[in-house]
Amino acid sequence: MNAILDFIAALGRAALNLVRTAGAMALFGLAGLSHLVRPPFYWRIFLGSLVEIGFFSLPVVALTALFSGGVIALQSYTGFAQYHVQSAIAGIVVLSVTRELGPVLAGLMVAGRVGAAMAAEIGTMRVTDQVDALTTLSTNPVKYLVTPRLLAGTLALPFLVLVADILGVMGGFTVSVVKLDFSAPAYIAATLTTVKPIDITVGLAKAAVFGFLIALMGCYHGYHSRGGAEGVGAATTSAVVGASILLLAFDYLLTDVFFSQ
Amino acid sequence: MTDATPKIRIRGLTKSFGSKRVLDGIDLDVMPGTSCVVIGGSGSGKSVLLRCILGLIAPDSGSIEIDGVDILTLPARRREGAIEKIGMLFQNGALFDSLSVWENVAFGLMAAGRRHGARMPRAEARAHAGRVLEQVGLDPSVGALYPSELSGGMQKRVGLARAIASQPDILFFDEPTTGLDPIMGAVIDGLIVDCVRRLGSTAIAITHDMASARRIGDRAAMLYQGKLIWQGPASALLDSGNPMVDQFTHGRREGPISMELRR
Repeated sequence: MNAILDFIAALGRAALNLVRTAGAMALFGLAGLSHLVRPPFYWRIFLGSLVEIGFFSLPVVALTALFSGGVIALQSYTGFAQYHVQSAIAGIVVLSVTRELGPVLAGLMVAGRVGAAMAAEIGTMRVTDQVDALTTLSTNPVKYLVTPRLLAGTLALPFLVLVADILGVMGGFTVSVVKLDFSAPAYIAATLTTVKPIDITVGLAKAAVFGFLIALMGCYHGYHSRGGAEGVGAATTSAVVGASILLLAFDYLLTDVFFSQ
Repeated sequence: MTDATPKIRIRGLTKSFGSKRVLDGIDLDVMPGTSCVVIGGSGSGKSVLLRCILGLIAPDSGSIEIDGVDILTLPARRREGAIEKIGMLFQNGALFDSLSVWENVAFGLMAAGRRHGARMPRAEARAHAGRVLEQVGLDPSVGALYPSELSGGMQKRVGLARAIASQPDILFFDEPTTGLDPIMGAVIDGLIVDCVRRLGSTAIAITHDMASARRIGDRAAMLYQGKLIWQGPASALLDSGNPMVDQFTHGRREGPISMELRR
């Protein structure tokens, strides 16, 4: 009997913790956003984060997109050749890249790169009292550390995804034309007739949400890290895992909202 | 306001973390222009006391008055204004390692959220930072370096420079000599005394270094199990007549204080 009660209590505790954490994260995000409309705004930090996320993530996002586009072309060719519908490949590539793979893969890559770096940087500042030092120097730490990063994440990821879209399609195009002997003009024509503006804009909207979530997880876990180097390490892990899970969950939600009709 | 109003007056301050009562009814007055040293063992809540005054930790009950105004009941904006009068030297410096030394020193002056006085332009702030660095015995050229390029003693000096850069009314020192060799400790203590005198500031220092406590403090108080068990002149620390203070200041193993190994 006691074992059962213990089990239920543990379950309840875990559920309460989850709700409490989700609430704390939401409040933290809202606090960060509220400073957008309350000057001052720290442009220097914002531009630094923008360059860090938007520019220095370009190689890894570009490579991921290029290869993913190529792989989709190859994989769908093996499947579609059986039914003699190879002509659908261009459409498959452009739709999967713009709607799903661009935002999700770029998001996961940036979560690993930038989310972890944010958590480590802010976490180190927390455990070495630098966050408290900000307060004693007339600077609100959320306004200074969090708000610029949230905005930078939200703005930089759509840009990265746009690049990923283009390179993903190029990857598919290259494999189709060079390896599968498609005609280049026909492939381009098929791509352009298949893709609708909404496919791209929804992908970019998803990217903005993902960018916000990645920055939020990095900042939240860094800001609340405790207990020296080990705590910062744990914060970094939580930031990447949390961002990846939230990103996939929100991907489903947003896809449901935009494309389920 | 008369001279009899303490710069800092703390009454009945309590703070618990979980079931552990870290501060248990603290009463403390610090008169304008004097230095008070709070001594106590590791984990006795000395840092929590400073953090409560700085607004970094919200106490459970009690009042903290600065210039006769209870800052705990003030609205957030006015409280930030009151806290801006306090300069803080953190235990390990807490220098911003992504910023150069001069940007660290001038951070508070360039802060856009500053409530007293206008925000200082960067060029002017840099020149000012150079002058403050000289006051703590560093060459202004150090300003171009990054904190990671400095030795422990130099980092302490930069931390001190950052704390005094905006000429605060009140200065807090969190274990200013911890981690320094005895000579460097004495040098830092000397700088602290100089700065406090020059600015005419009121100071609270927390330490468990007795030599440092007697050099910095006018008054002293000992924190033990969340209470201030003794207050008196800093010069009397070594023969206070209080058995607990005597055990602590002489570092005796035997006595009324038994070290808690588990907190």
